[in-house]
Amino acid sequence: MAVLEGAVFAILLTCLLFIIRLYIVVKTGPNYKPGAKGPVAVLVVAGSGGHTTEILRLMESLSAAYTPRHYVIADTDRMSEEKICTFESSKHLDSESQFTICRIPRSREVHQSWASSVLSTLDALRYSLPLVFRLRPDMVLCNGPGTCVPLCVAGLLLGILGLKKVLLVYVESICRVQTLSLTGKILYPLSDYFFVQWSSLRDKYPKSIFLGRIV
Amino acid sequence: MKTVFVTVGTTSFDELIESITSPETVQALKARGYERLVLQVGRGSLLPAADSCPHVRLQTYRFKDSIAEDIKQADLVVSHAGAGSCLEALGAGKSLLVVVNDKLMNNHQLEMARQLHMDSHLLYCTCSTLTQTLRTMDLSVLQPFLPGQPKNFANFLDKALGVQ
Repeated sequence: MAVLEGAVFAILLTCLLFIIRLYIVVKTGPNYKPGAKGPVAVLVVAGSGGHTTEILRLMESLSAAYTPRHYVIADTDRMSEEKICTFESSKHLDSESQFTICRIPRSREVHQSWASSVLSTLDALRYSLPLVFRLRPDMVLCNGPGTCVPLCVAGLLLGILGLKKVLLVYVESICRVQTLSLTGKILYPLSDYFFVQWSSLRDKYPKSIFLGRIV
Repeated sequence: MKTVFVTVGTTSFDELIESITSPETVQALKARGYERLVLQVGRGSLLPAADSCPHVRLQTYRFKDSIAEDIKQADLVVSHAGAGSCLEALGAGKSLLVVVNDKLMNNHQLEMARQLHMDSHLLYCTCSTLTQTLRTMDLSVLQPFLPGQPKNFANFLDKALGVQ
């Protein structure tokens, strides 16, 4: 009986510690300035189609200080790889381009049911964790495809375990005027910088950052 | 030659293709001086033949790698409410008429088209009001659509992350 009580206590304590760590990691994000020490390694979640176009518009504006750039795309996505390679070769002509492309299973196809979404997100975590733990980026930049969630969770876990603070930067798609996407709703409380592109969303989500349209 | 480019994106929108090629609508286009009609019909079941519309030069295709060239050559773009199509047409500085598919209610894609309509960047109608809209529309009320400013995002991030 005492052993069981001990085990339950240990589990509860672990959960509590986990939550406290999560709270600290999320709260202290704004104090973390990876750019002050040198180049910022970025994990870019490209997703597919319109998401890729939007995120490349953002990447285009970032200086060479954001290096290296690791692009994550869904393995069912054929178009994005081409777009990324074209973009990288046109933007970073002068310097030796430092980027990689990583493929992971798509966690949510459009119109997939909730239950199977949860399952495939968990499945994607199996790939996301090793990827993020290996790359150890300074920040994750994403804008809505379902693939974002497991990658951001992996980034948070690095912080919770005290291995590395990974900043989560989320930019809600310009399509979203009145409501956040499902990914946005999940990542709103967890991200360090959460951008929206319409004032109606800024009014509903006070923690969000509104700089007008940025793509 | 004044051209109208109609695009339905990656989906299908037979009702729009049917409406735009109907005799009354073609008449309305003619009355406005449009003489050429290019249709991108996607996965739709309608693929109107080149000779099916007398009085206008008609050209139809399903998909192209890029519709940028067709947008560039158009004087008016008639589009479904998809965000990608709307942004591409507005980004190219074209007058845009969005035709809403009322069979797709609560589609979040409509959010942006509706907002851009409220901000006077585009005109907005349904298939049943298309002919009337083409007859009476006033393109001069449309406000230019300024491109988004990714630089603002970069500046903010540089500051927040301490990038020199």
